[in-house]
Amino acid sequence: MTSELQRERLSYKRSRARRSTLVALLSTAVFAVAVGVTVARAPGWPRVRQSFFDVEIAWRSLPAILEGLWLNLRVLAVCGALILVLALVVAAVRTLRGPVWFPLRVLATAYVDLFRGLPLIILLYLVGFGLPALRLTGVPNDFVVLGGVALVLAYTAYVAEVFRAGIESVHPSQVAAARSLGLGPRETLRLVVLPQAVRRVMPALLNDFVALQKDCGLISVLGAVDAVRAAQIEQARSFNFTPYVVAGLLFVLLAVPTARFADALGRRVERRQGAR
Amino acid sequence: MTEPVLSVRGVVKRYGDRTVLDGISLDVHEHEVVAVIGSSGSGKSTLLRCVDLLEELDDGQVLLDGVDVSDPRVDADVARRGMGIVFQAFNLFPHMSVLDNVTLAPRVVHGVPRAQAERHAVELLDRVGLADRAGAYPEQLSGGQQQRVAIARALAYSPRLLLLDEITSALDPELVGEVLALVRELAQTGRTILMATHEMGFARQVADRVVFLDGGRLIESGPPEQVLGEPVHPRTRQFLRRIIDAGRL
Repeated sequence: MTSELQRERLSYKRSRARRSTLVALLSTAVFAVAVGVTVARAPGWPRVRQSFFDVEIAWRSLPAILEGLWLNLRVLAVCGALILVLALVVAAVRTLRGPVWFPLRVLATAYVDLFRGLPLIILLYLVGFGLPALRLTGVPNDFVVLGGVALVLAYTAYVAEVFRAGIESVHPSQVAAARSLGLGPRETLRLVVLPQAVRRVMPALLNDFVALQKDCGLISVLGAVDAVRAAQIEQARSFNFTPYVVAGLLFVLLAVPTARFADALGRRVERRQGAR
Repeated sequence: MTEPVLSVRGVVKRYGDRTVLDGISLDVHEHEVVAVIGSSGSGKSTLLRCVDLLEELDDGQVLLDGVDVSDPRVDADVARRGMGIVFQAFNLFPHMSVLDNVTLAPRVVHGVPRAQAERHAVELLDRVGLADRAGAYPEQLSGGQQQRVAIARALAYSPRLLLLDEITSALDPELVGEVLALVRELAQTGRTILMATHEMGFARQVADRVVFLDGGRLIESGPPEQVLGEPVHPRTRQFLRRIIDAGRL
């Protein structure tokens, strides 16, 4: 079936592939050894290892940090869900056409401008410390809830813009096609525009999700005992920075599955829509 | 007989377990215009894409001026400098002006200084009748104009072989004429052309040779009046009858 020529070509390609693998392995090994030797021979290395990578302290601080991380995860889940819904609403409002909606549009635009520009740390202080200080009835004084509110306010503004970019990237001809079938503006948005928009902005959304995973640790500045705070407490007890490294690594581990998920999703879309 | 500019030898191309090209062999000599016809899905476009090395072959060879460019040891980018292709959907770069589209390859790939590349591009655009639209962007042009720019872009680095992949299929009927007139002129000036086409009347007028593709095989080859007039193979006859019934010949 396959010609002699093609067999020879395939074997050449295979040998090239083998060579590439070998080169990659070799260069990785050389690089790893070089880095290892440089680090181990650096004059400050014993001190670095002692105060950043103390296994015993890491092990001792792990339970408290994990318990804190559980709080971060719960905040992440609740905030993530709220942000998705609210951002979609804000984005939809911003794309509304028609003079009646003018005040709503202005409001949504102003909201996005304000909360996207405001440093998150200031927002956290204002909401976390400022709001309870007003002593209004009905305002919760739980730092976790207040921190969550600040995160939702800030991230909704970001994510709304991502959604809006997606909505506007759907070609007007799609809207024309939907309207020509008799779909109203709401059905058009829900059934035709949004599904395409969301698919297109998925990578950006997951990017923001990873950012949110980390920023959930910022509620610690209000005093909530999350992973970051727990690490701080452990650090203060031992004057050793290993607990921070532990907490940091845990956050990194948290982000890795999200990143792989984003990659897999991208490949799936590419496959389904036929990459050419 | 001199060596052909293009020699396709036993080319096989599969997508998964679907064989799109099933051992195609075909020569194109200097100054020759060869038209590839066949129903959609017969492998015309794939053949052209294989020749331009945009698809990897599953077997066989593509020789350009006697050099096996399909060999994995050959740099496909270098080989492609000898060929220009015009796509069905134009594929102009939407973020560049007409002039930049045409001068891109000469400047970036062939190292021609910008001023010289632009002078040449304006000449080419003049030949395709669009010298006054050099500063325009593709979206501001009609389909026929865009396709003429695409032809100028493919000619900008004087390729040995011009590949035309159903270049009028995406055009409105009243715009087809202007593009075909341009191709006719290119053929008359001695360009070596391999084109996939649905325009039977045009193939008859312009091509030196017509080949008929069916199910990934080259079934019939010969002068246009023979292949389109008195085809030997029953599949060719059937195909042409359908074309005639549709009023396209």
